[in-house]
Amino acid sequence: MTFEQKRKIESVTALSLSGLAAAVGLFWLVYILTDVIIHGIGALNLNLFFKDPAPAGVEGGGLRNAFVGQLMITGAATLIGVPVGVLGGTFLAEYARGRKIARVISILSDIMVSVPSIVVGAFIYAIIVRPLHHFSGWAGAVALAIIMIPVVLRTTEDMLSLVPWTLREAAFALGAPYYKVIIQVVYRGAATGILTGILLSIARVAGETAPLLFTSFNNNFHSTNMNGPMASLTVTIFQYAMGPYKSWHAQAWGASFIVTLFILALTIAGRLIIKWRYRR
Amino acid sequence: MATSRKTNIIDILFSSLTALASATIVFFIIGIVFVLIRESSLAIGKFGIFNFLASTAWNPVKGMFGAATTIYGTFVTTALALLFAIPTAIGIAIFVTEIAPNFLKGPIGVAIELLAAIPSIIYGMWGLFTLAPIMSRYVEPALQAAMGKLPGIGFLFRGTPMGIDLLTASVILAIMIIPFTASIARDSFNLTPAVVKESAYAIGATQWEVVKNIVLPYSKLGVFGGAALSLGRALGETMAVAFVLGNNHKIATSFFDAASTITVSLANEFTEADSDLYLSSLYYLALVLFAMSFIILAVAKFFLLKAEKKYSR
Repeated sequence: MTFEQKRKIESVTALSLSGLAAAVGLFWLVYILTDVIIHGIGALNLNLFFKDPAPAGVEGGGLRNAFVGQLMITGAATLIGVPVGVLGGTFLAEYARGRKIARVISILSDIMVSVPSIVVGAFIYAIIVRPLHHFSGWAGAVALAIIMIPVVLRTTEDMLSLVPWTLREAAFALGAPYYKVIIQVVYRGAATGILTGILLSIARVAGETAPLLFTSFNNNFHSTNMNGPMASLTVTIFQYAMGPYKSWHAQAWGASFIVTLFILALTIAGRLIIKWRYRR
Repeated sequence: MATSRKTNIIDILFSSLTALASATIVFFIIGIVFVLIRESSLAIGKFGIFNFLASTAWNPVKGMFGAATTIYGTFVTTALALLFAIPTAIGIAIFVTEIAPNFLKGPIGVAIELLAAIPSIIYGMWGLFTLAPIMSRYVEPALQAAMGKLPGIGFLFRGTPMGIDLLTASVILAIMIIPFTASIARDSFNLTPAVVKESAYAIGATQWEVVKNIVLPYSKLGVFGGAALSLGRALGETMAVAFVLGNNHKIATSFFDAASTITVSLANEFTEADSDLYLSSLYYLALVLFAMSFIILAVAKFFLLKAEKKYSR
């Protein structure tokens, strides 16, 4: 066998191996997705959305409380997290642009993005739940907001940095103060990018379970009171999947399907917006 | 000049508002560290630092707590998961950047990013209902038959394969971090300048030689940073492993033993902790976890920044 043949064989073998690795990895991921879709669609019915849970072990009932709770907690988290994140990102990209403090905060938020979310839950338990002596939807929303802020902050910073500096100079030349330049020129230029960041950050927190376990806890009854314990889809999935009843398992699959669908829809929407906005 | 003073004041207000908003990140980090230390002070005072980390005791009834079992479980599941995930992720990245025909590159890339968006609880539940039965019925008995008799490593495959164990949890964790790791590796590979690759092809290198001698060395820092970032993620992952690990506080020597990690203990026991010392010990675990993942993520970030600096020229 010549040297050239050996090299060719080595090349084909190594590349086939990495192709195989890719196939194995993608196989599991596709397997999970189809499993969630098949079991999830099988468990879908109108009762799931419009009825409250039946007593434990009794067939029927739905997860209306969890759907409502999830929407309210995620919505409140978005209301808290988005303004703080966008303003924070504005500081890094505008007022502190190029300064050391901006780099430090930017690196710290990158780390915060990946910090274990269950620790955030424990943190909120100590500063909100225990002093008030009860679990609450607000506590869950604040926990999710803490996870959301660094994500929004970083994308806002990146998107504002993409707006050409000359645009700001043009506005300055007209005598506009910096805050007006930011609000009327920079934000407009970066609006779609910031919107994408917000969508992706909602997708990120909508599937979080760990930070809700000891903050919003769970509630078997329909409740719109953010000051009391509140059900959420993710915590309900955890409870039902670990529970002993077949009907609970089916409902957990149904809820998983809806959560996955919601998150994938947001992610795809985010990607499409970016593609549509920044295509050449 | 009245208007200009007014706009000046508004500008100062607005800039302070944004500065305050960005400072929340620092407040959160300091706040988390402060609160975790305050809450765990009871346990720190009772068990000390070294004794807590080294003790395998976890007995809520007697009030004896130690972190060794959960730290051990955290490290074993994470190490196994990275062992499975990193080669696969690099394989995917090589496939997407070098081998796949152009019409496949986009869709596979998008698929990987979508899969990285699926929440961990979905992976965990799938693990409980689908993977655990497969593991206990087919994979684990086969592994046991093949490896259980081997001298030296046979003890790793001892016990009754129940599917709720270290191996299943690690596989789930691996599947979960593959998309994340693969997309970072792919981004690093893409940083390799086409000119350098083309030069290598021009002097007759095979495709694999280009990957091995050009792309991998070039993207080494980025891949390393990505791996460290995945390590940080895997350490703090809760829901993907909570379903299939069994929350068993012991040093498991077999892959088929139930075990516990810091996150799983927190998720299962936090709301059930009935004594102050118990809760304080759980906070102590959370503090250990936070410290570990913060350090690892900072190291990861350091490598990624270095990679960025090196190739942005």
